[in-house]
Amino acid sequence: MTEGTSAKAAIKTRTMEIAVAIFILLCGAIVIYDSVRLGAKWGEDGPEAGYFPFYIGAILCVASVVNLMSALAAARRDHTNFVELGKLKLVFSVLAPTAVYVAMISPLGLYLASTLFIAFFMRWLGKYPWWLVGAVSIGNSVVFFLVFEMWFKIPLPKGPLEAALGLN
Amino acid sequence: MEEIQSLMQGFAIALSFKNILLMFAGVILGVIIGVLPGLGGANGVAILLPLTFSMAQSPGGTTSAIILLSCIYWGALFGGAITSILFNIPGEPWSVATTFDGYPLAQKGRAGEALTAAFTSSFVGALIAVVMITFLSPVVARFALEFGPPEFFAVYLLTFCAFVGMSKEAPFKTIAAMMLGFALAAVGTDPVTGSLRLTFGQTHLLSGFDFLVAVIGLFGIGEILLTLEEGLEFRGTKAKMNMRVVLDTWRELPKYWLTSIRSSAVGCFMGIVPGGATPASFMSYGVARRFSKDGDKFGTGMVEGVVAPETAAHAAGTSALLPMLTLGVPGSPTAAVLLGGLLIWGLQPGPLLFVEQKDFVWGLIASMYLGNIVGLIVVLTCVPLFAAILRIPFAIVAPVIMVICAIGAYTVHNSIFDVWMMVVFGVIGYVFKKLNYPLAPLVLAIVLGDRAEASFRQAMLVSQGDMRIFFSTPLVGGLTGLALFLLLWPMVSAAVARMKRAPGA
Repeated sequence: MTEGTSAKAAIKTRTMEIAVAIFILLCGAIVIYDSVRLGAKWGEDGPEAGYFPFYIGAILCVASVVNLMSALAAARRDHTNFVELGKLKLVFSVLAPTAVYVAMISPLGLYLASTLFIAFFMRWLGKYPWWLVGAVSIGNSVVFFLVFEMWFKIPLPKGPLEAALGLN
Repeated sequence: MEEIQSLMQGFAIALSFKNILLMFAGVILGVIIGVLPGLGGANGVAILLPLTFSMAQSPGGTTSAIILLSCIYWGALFGGAITSILFNIPGEPWSVATTFDGYPLAQKGRAGEALTAAFTSSFVGALIAVVMITFLSPVVARFALEFGPPEFFAVYLLTFCAFVGMSKEAPFKTIAAMMLGFALAAVGTDPVTGSLRLTFGQTHLLSGFDFLVAVIGLFGIGEILLTLEEGLEFRGTKAKMNMRVVLDTWRELPKYWLTSIRSSAVGCFMGIVPGGATPASFMSYGVARRFSKDGDKFGTGMVEGVVAPETAAHAAGTSALLPMLTLGVPGSPTAAVLLGGLLIWGLQPGPLLFVEQKDFVWGLIASMYLGNIVGLIVVLTCVPLFAAILRIPFAIVAPVIMVICAIGAYTVHNSIFDVWMMVVFGVIGYVFKKLNYPLAPLVLAIVLGDRAEASFRQAMLVSQGDMRIFFSTPLVGGLTGLALFLLLWPMVSAAVARMKRAPGA
């Protein structure tokens, strides 16, 4: 990433700095709010449940305000890109299938979902021939099945495929 | 010498056939984990931790489990050198300094020499650190037996303030990341009063955030997303490794004995301080460059420039286990995961461990000696194999690592919700890493949050809410004072720098 170029910037670093500082500030506010709800003072029998988290929330807020200020102060000078458009697309092209994969684990079972995920990834991003895609994706799940179900006896989520094969 | 006797007993435990097999398995797995992008020491251990749950149930099983996991750690430390030298990709932050001279050496066709020097000096650094652990940790543990809640809270405070003082990131970013970790640790049922904190009616959050899921997400998924930006292919140089190269390099290495000793000292000292491995490697590289007679040739491919950072990084990575064992305060993210493992297996890390779990402690210490010997043998003989792993295209490796991470996150509590949390933590890790928010203090805070809060509350109960208890005795006052000094160090050093600059400006 070359510094100072603004060509095809998806997100500027300064924008992201400010966004993250505000996000952490919100987290701090939530912590304080919930600590006060629980009681952040000195109870009859000692410190209440919110006593310690209250301080955590307070420090969190102070630190993020300082970060926000320095991000705002640096905003005029800083023209670097947080991520370029092409790279952002690449990142999302991995994140989106990953999200779909996690969503598929429950209905399909982990092994089938993993096979499909690896196959999709290799074919779409790697453009590998089908025989290699099949070998790696199916082989991977078979190995994991042997390691987890047979060797370590740790059951992972299974779906209709395992039921049909009688592997439950 | 009581320590020697205990150590011999430890060797008797560690030298069983099963444990040696576990050492080899751990080291080989560890090197693979260290070589693959997206899998590092911390999340590699985190992913494999659930596999040890059943192993730890059998008698003596906790020792076998910790041997397996700590050997993965040693392996990952060794693996970092391979990627730095052959591919110019530092696998771990403390391998960055190794690339300065290691990669130029590899480009000149002297990769075998650089690798041998790196592995051997890593081994030397680790060995010196283990000797230090052997003799120093019983002393520290005995000393810490006297600690009460205020002392323990002061030690936690020191740990976290050291992060602020030592980190090269902006101090307020370090504090923000750390406090976010504490906030995440607070989620769930309050252990003292039983009231629900920060759950907002979500049943998934009742048991809180598991640090293992956070580690797998932050370091695993986050790292994959970062690596993706660099492109899908790695180009590296080939290494010629044979017995001749190894022996020739070994003949040359004793020349650098002074560098080794200096770097080990820097590493051992910095390793005890949390987050010390990375600054230790940079510091000892800088020191070696200043003292070497070929100092100006550093960066062009000097063997000495590989020896210095590798020795220090390994010494620091190993000595990070000293505070973990004796005080229950881990010095690095990986040590934090190991500490979490101890807690899950039902062991209480801290001074009592040396009294109540002698077999465990000394078995572990003995396995550190053996594990590093095993590690040296494995890496010296198998470099081409491990380098070949890195040549597998990322489009194949990345989804497989994603699946491994997902399985790792799922097996912690058998819950799909954790897998979703892993993805969320992955995005957080990616953004934080790019904006220079440090991840290590975040992870340490999630692991230590509950314990720090417990000792804080107990101390407050003793003093009836009077903060002055943290200055009540010379010991606790000294610890607190040192913590505050480290906390304010960035401001002090900035002020000093400004004063120095002022007359010239």
